[in-house]
Amino acid sequence: MTPADLSVAEAARKLAAGETTSLEITEAVLRRAAQTEAELHCYLTIDQQGALASAEDSDRRRRKGAVSALSGIPIALKDNMCTDGIETTCSSQILAGYRPPYDATVVRRLRAAGAVIVGKTNLDEFAMGSSTENSAYGPTHNPWDPGRVPGGSSGGSAAAVSAGSALAALGSDTGGSIRQPASLCGVVGFKPTYGRVSRYGLVAFASSLDQIGPITRTVEDAALIFSVIGGHDPQDATSYTGEMPELSALGSGVAGLRIGVVQEASGAGFEPDVETACRQMAERLTAAGASLEEISVPTFTVALSAYYLIAPAEASANLARFDGVRYGLREEGTHVEEMMARTRAAGFGPEVSRRILLGTYALSAGYYDAFYGQAQRVRTLLINELNAAFERVDVLILPTSPTTAFEMGAKTQDPLSMYLTDVCTIPANLAGTPAISVPIGLDRSGLPIGIQVMGRALGESVMLAVAAEIERLARFTARPPMLEAWS
Amino acid sequence: MNADWEPVIGIETHVELATASKMFCGCPVTFGAPPNTAVCPTCLGLPGALPVPNRRAIESIIAIGLALECQVAPRSVFHRKNYFYADLPKNYQISQYDLPVCVGGGLEFILDGEQVAVGIERAHMEEDTGKTIHRGGGGRLHSSSGSLLDFNRSGVPLVEIVSRPDLRSAEQARAYAQELRAVVAALGVSDAKLEEGSIRFDANVSVRPVGSSPLGVKVEIKNMNSFRSLERAVASEIRRQIDLLEGGGTVVQETRHWDEEAGVTHGMRVKEGSSDYRYFTEPDLVPMVVDEDWRLAIAATLPELPAARRSRYLGLGVEHQVVGSLLSAEQGLVDLFEAGLAAGADPRLAANWVSGEVVAWLRRQDHPPALGNLTGQHLAELSDMVNEGLVSASAAKDVLAGVLAGEGGPAEVAGRRDLLQISDRGALQTAIDEVLAVNQDAVARLASGDQKPFGFLVGQVMKSTGGKADPKLVTEMLRSRLGSAS
Repeated sequence: MTPADLSVAEAARKLAAGETTSLEITEAVLRRAAQTEAELHCYLTIDQQGALASAEDSDRRRRKGAVSALSGIPIALKDNMCTDGIETTCSSQILAGYRPPYDATVVRRLRAAGAVIVGKTNLDEFAMGSSTENSAYGPTHNPWDPGRVPGGSSGGSAAAVSAGSALAALGSDTGGSIRQPASLCGVVGFKPTYGRVSRYGLVAFASSLDQIGPITRTVEDAALIFSVIGGHDPQDATSYTGEMPELSALGSGVAGLRIGVVQEASGAGFEPDVETACRQMAERLTAAGASLEEISVPTFTVALSAYYLIAPAEASANLARFDGVRYGLREEGTHVEEMMARTRAAGFGPEVSRRILLGTYALSAGYYDAFYGQAQRVRTLLINELNAAFERVDVLILPTSPTTAFEMGAKTQDPLSMYLTDVCTIPANLAGTPAISVPIGLDRSGLPIGIQVMGRALGESVMLAVAAEIERLARFTARPPMLEAWS
Repeated sequence: MNADWEPVIGIETHVELATASKMFCGCPVTFGAPPNTAVCPTCLGLPGALPVPNRRAIESIIAIGLALECQVAPRSVFHRKNYFYADLPKNYQISQYDLPVCVGGGLEFILDGEQVAVGIERAHMEEDTGKTIHRGGGGRLHSSSGSLLDFNRSGVPLVEIVSRPDLRSAEQARAYAQELRAVVAALGVSDAKLEEGSIRFDANVSVRPVGSSPLGVKVEIKNMNSFRSLERAVASEIRRQIDLLEGGGTVVQETRHWDEEAGVTHGMRVKEGSSDYRYFTEPDLVPMVVDEDWRLAIAATLPELPAARRSRYLGLGVEHQVVGSLLSAEQGLVDLFEAGLAAGADPRLAANWVSGEVVAWLRRQDHPPALGNLTGQHLAELSDMVNEGLVSASAAKDVLAGVLAGEGGPAEVAGRRDLLQISDRGALQTAIDEVLAVNQDAVARLASGDQKPFGFLVGQVMKSTGGKADPKLVTEMLRSRLGSAS
């Protein structure tokens, strides 16, 4: 264990007690990155100079008594969040070398809270994927087994937190892109209610589904970072205007809470170890005082199809701006339409092109109602079913991912099987509800298993309390074997 | 116009709102600023930037909707209209589709003394695009060597007002456009200047055999930058379609550009993209909710509209044609006239001056004209002077020119320019006596019943006073004098 392996809360306590400095922690994190990056490739950009300067500055300020919630804590950002003057590529050739002229709202808030920005993490291009293999700059590997994927699309963030090359990271979650890689990497991944965290400065994939959230080692850390980045932002018209939830009740346990187990999240495609671990956790929650109920959400499985129409449809418009006219890659042509077409053909990878085509098709005259319109009706149906479920129970639990980390390359030739890995996470995006993945154990191959807790819209308090109890009951302390070399 | 064919015309009007900031960001709305100086991540379509609606713009479109007697939707929705164009930074325009802010309304105007009613289909809110400037090749796309983009206009709030195809002639199209401009100007929501593009009219034109009810194939014509060119363009397009149909051809649905110099419309050289805009709900924005309180608050601030103003002016005795020009005049001129009325000016005189001399004077100015020197109070003073016979109607125009030029108030200018009338009966009596004395033969002819020399005598008196005599008074005095003599 080095300072790179601390949780955010522990690091903050040590910093406050004068037992360590931000520089010491930041150097440990950078050292860990230097040791692991060749094998893992979590980062696209490491801002070593900026991070060290910011750590020193944080220590100076602390000596003068200026302390904020995340003072001196090294945090990584998924490379689809705009950072003023720091390259932001979304893992795409089309944004190679692009330096935004502004900080995303979450970045501004992290900086204001004293966080040290380590760098920008790898992702599936424009967050489209579930394995971080769709990166124009090469895949990220899972710290638990570098022959396996870290999940995606926030695979770089999840692997960095897992490997200790950041104490925490931000990810974005459109269909599970925070929770699924967190599950596959044995860390906590939290997608807040849609609108809780500003999307201003997050390069949009599917605007009605995208939500930024933390990837951390503990539930407490997730809550802490959420409290820093959340809250109304006048620059995001879809940002929720109400108060942030009270998060002080994390340790209140589950006594008296009603927990629903989603029936549809089991069976074909679900690994037995995953199902067993989740069922055992449900039983332990009962023992801890919760009441358990089987809940059926019939639309659960077709939600996946709806998602793969709605998200590409929105993406087809969101990604239209990458045309070579104002920024990013430009492939010259004899006239402007040719320039745009050549730029886009050269700049987007195959999965992004596939989704743009799919989305364009789904919105086209004559197909709109059968595809996009129908998908929206399914979305409404799902929301109604989840609302009904949340009248009976306080939270829902289910596996985060049907499987643990899969071999690299196993699904790259079969987009549909890759899409299926999101079956458990997509409903929370379609419904806009909060959900969190918490590591609860290892499968027979020693790979992490995550359980997902879904809460009511704006119901983060209860959801986090259940997550914290699961964390306490699971006592998941295992670390990726590769880290033994550097402890 | 061929008597066998009936033109059917609808007008789409784009109104740039004169809000302080753009539709979805805080950048200022400017005209003529250096290129790309009023821009930010949002209106440049940078990755990650998001739109936030401008409340003032929403209030403006609601005001327009109320003025056009539209229903203001309690809930309306923004959509994305997808198409690729270099000056459209996101390659989609935030617009409205099936749930616009304003639906169903109407506008009436008077043409040649007849009232014409035009239905309004809808008015919706959207954002403007940037501007493409083609370099070289005389500014035309097909011969230019490259293009420059200016995004200052990108994101400026735009209201699109769609009329029903209720117009039946080029003259009506023009009159509708003028009336609509007057409404928008009266509301104060836009500069409404055609020459600056802050109000733009596109016309959908088709023709059909008289008595037939199905609509013909419509052609959209663009690029008209004055009311006159709108009328000419529509007339030319009607002619073109009739000629085409009578020659056995068919009209193709297309967009044509009006060529002001050649006086014809041209089909667009560049092939038009597919018209499938793949509209879908803008997920970055929430539905716009207009509750009754808000709507009523806006309704309470609506100024007097041109139709009401027209009947008020007519009621004050202002001539029909003069009312017409006042209503289509710039807001500053209308304000001047209103100030004159408030100060007690004679409505007819003040209206004639404002719509005649003042407009003509402004047109002669090189630099952006200002009305600073002429006030409503001046109009009132000058009209009093005319009505009291202190200056003649024609001298009053010179006085006006002096006031506009900054020479002082009407009395001062009239004195300095020696334009005061002789209304002193004593002085006039002397002049009349002298004229009669040297024109005995004319007096004699009048006495014999020949009325012809009377005008001659009036003229002689005017001449002997250097034109400053009040002709009405001279006539009256001469008549009573000769009457008593005969």
